[in-house]
Amino acid sequence: MGLRESRGDRAFTIFNYIFLAVVAIIVLYPLLFVLSASFSNPQYVISGEMWLWPKEFTIEAYEKVFKNPDIINGFINTMKYTFFGTLLNVVMTICAAYPLSRRDLKGKGFIMAFMVFTMFFSGGLIPTYLLIRDLGMINTFWVMIIPNAVAVWNIIIMRTFFQSIPYELEESATIDGAGNFRILWSIILPLSFPVIAVMVLFYSVGHWNSYFQALIYLQDQNKFPLQLILRQILIQGQADDMIQATSESFLAQKLSVEGLKYAVLIVANLPMLMLYPFLQRYFVKGVMIGSLKG
Amino acid sequence: MTLLNKTTVEEASKDQGFSSKKTKVKKNHWLEWKKAFKKNWQLYLLLTPVILYFLVFHYYPLYGLQIAFKDFIATKGITGSPWVGFKHFERFFDSYYFWRLIKNTIGIGVFTLLVSFPVPIIIALLLNEVKSLRFKKFVQTVIYAPHFLSTVVVVGMLLLFLKPDGMINQVLVLFGGTPLDFISEPAWFKSIYVLSDVWQTMGWSSIIYIAALAAVDPAQHEAAMMDGASKFQRIIHINIPAIMPTIIILFILNMGSVMAVGFEKVFLMQNDLNMSASDVISTFVYRSGILEAQYSFSAAVGLFNSIINFILLIMVNKVAKKVSDTSLW
Repeated sequence: MGLRESRGDRAFTIFNYIFLAVVAIIVLYPLLFVLSASFSNPQYVISGEMWLWPKEFTIEAYEKVFKNPDIINGFINTMKYTFFGTLLNVVMTICAAYPLSRRDLKGKGFIMAFMVFTMFFSGGLIPTYLLIRDLGMINTFWVMIIPNAVAVWNIIIMRTFFQSIPYELEESATIDGAGNFRILWSIILPLSFPVIAVMVLFYSVGHWNSYFQALIYLQDQNKFPLQLILRQILIQGQADDMIQATSESFLAQKLSVEGLKYAVLIVANLPMLMLYPFLQRYFVKGVMIGSLKG
Repeated sequence: MTLLNKTTVEEASKDQGFSSKKTKVKKNHWLEWKKAFKKNWQLYLLLTPVILYFLVFHYYPLYGLQIAFKDFIATKGITGSPWVGFKHFERFFDSYYFWRLIKNTIGIGVFTLLVSFPVPIIIALLLNEVKSLRFKKFVQTVIYAPHFLSTVVVVGMLLLFLKPDGMINQVLVLFGGTPLDFISEPAWFKSIYVLSDVWQTMGWSSIIYIAALAAVDPAQHEAAMMDGASKFQRIIHINIPAIMPTIIILFILNMGSVMAVGFEKVFLMQNDLNMSASDVISTFVYRSGILEAQYSFSAAVGLFNSIINFILLIMVNKVAKKVSDTSLW
């Protein structure tokens, strides 16, 4: 492409870079602000003097967060729900996706339609709630795991990936006398690390961030996941009770609450922040797999 | 997951096409089935827990939907409760909050569609023109990030920024304005909801378009450049037509959920003061169903909403098929 850029194209390019830079700043600024505010003396945050970098660096807010039993407990609960939930999710997704990826499976079209239909029409909240109640799962560990055991969209992604593995591999294994379990275990799964990683990340981020299931079905505070505790602190303003134990003045309390909220935001996203480089790579990969023809 | 795309959905629907043929075969040739079963019983065994899961957690609630036409009595169960016809639907249509709920649900849905839908397309088209890989990577890394924040965190940030002494109001005061109580003002609710949605989703939703743009043949661009087409012209005449199928598929899916305004974010942003603008069907179903235990009535409201969504999806799909030959099925 030996052509020189025309003046119009040049203007477009300059506009383009400026526009995208502004977009990036708009997205980034609130995140940076939260991070800096969590390390600042809350007084400066409230007065508006802290606007980019931390002012009077302090980790006091984090000390309060990590001393709070509700947050710690919520953190542990969320890790439990995320770990076991994701484990079940991935196993179920493989169980569904592998057979459906096989062209010699009779009835696979019907089974696929049977699953895809639920993406577009569902019984809705109330019938599902009554079912969960009748199953006796309300306020149990299981309710955080079983009702969302598998997601149709992820089955489709995984199936598409499995279909991209040459069928000849499976055929020759069959001729060598390997059963379907054997083929799945020793041929398909070892080749599927990328897609399994994508699934683990998709599902675990979902578990980590969800609060709806817990809001509807859990009653005991000690079973609450982190997101519900966050809701109490950030949205229902219950942080005030957490600091009352200390003998601070009213103003000092207000300031503590302010700092605590920013720190809590950061702590809640700590695993995501640390995993972000992986998350981004594998998530993008997942979206790409989904958009390739299988 | 809203990131559905053309090929896989098409494929899923092709499978549906196969199924009708195969079920016919099934009646005549059960021997064939027996053979298939014998050969692949392990595959069917793998599928069993998944099918059971769908039957119990997705199809049984569909059966349970009949309580929308009944007066549900817990001791009599779903089947034993007496039929009452359309009583609950009529009560809903006649209630004073009916129009408020419809107005809010459609308002938020349409507003979201109008703003949240085109922005990622524009971002993808512009990112595609960036030559500096480093800059591109930086912008992508930044704008994908909010996708990983939970709804609670995003709403928590909104509340912190928008409160009377929060960051936004500090800026307002700096420029000589007076602080506003954004969160409790109904007039602001929809804008805050939609703009924060754009903030959170624009990067992530652009991935699918970026992928589609990567498949555009560079030869087309070279030929157009020879003919003296400017960058802007090439975007309009080459890139946009190239990603049109993707745009249409995502539009259909988004249209289908115009009235399915998600519960999670609205519920968290809702308070007693902004209720007149923030009460939508899903939050109403939660309140009347889960909190007030009016099971039959709220099941009816939920069913009404699902049916409208389903009809919308089918209608848009049909129109898209006629106009552009691209459709979900």
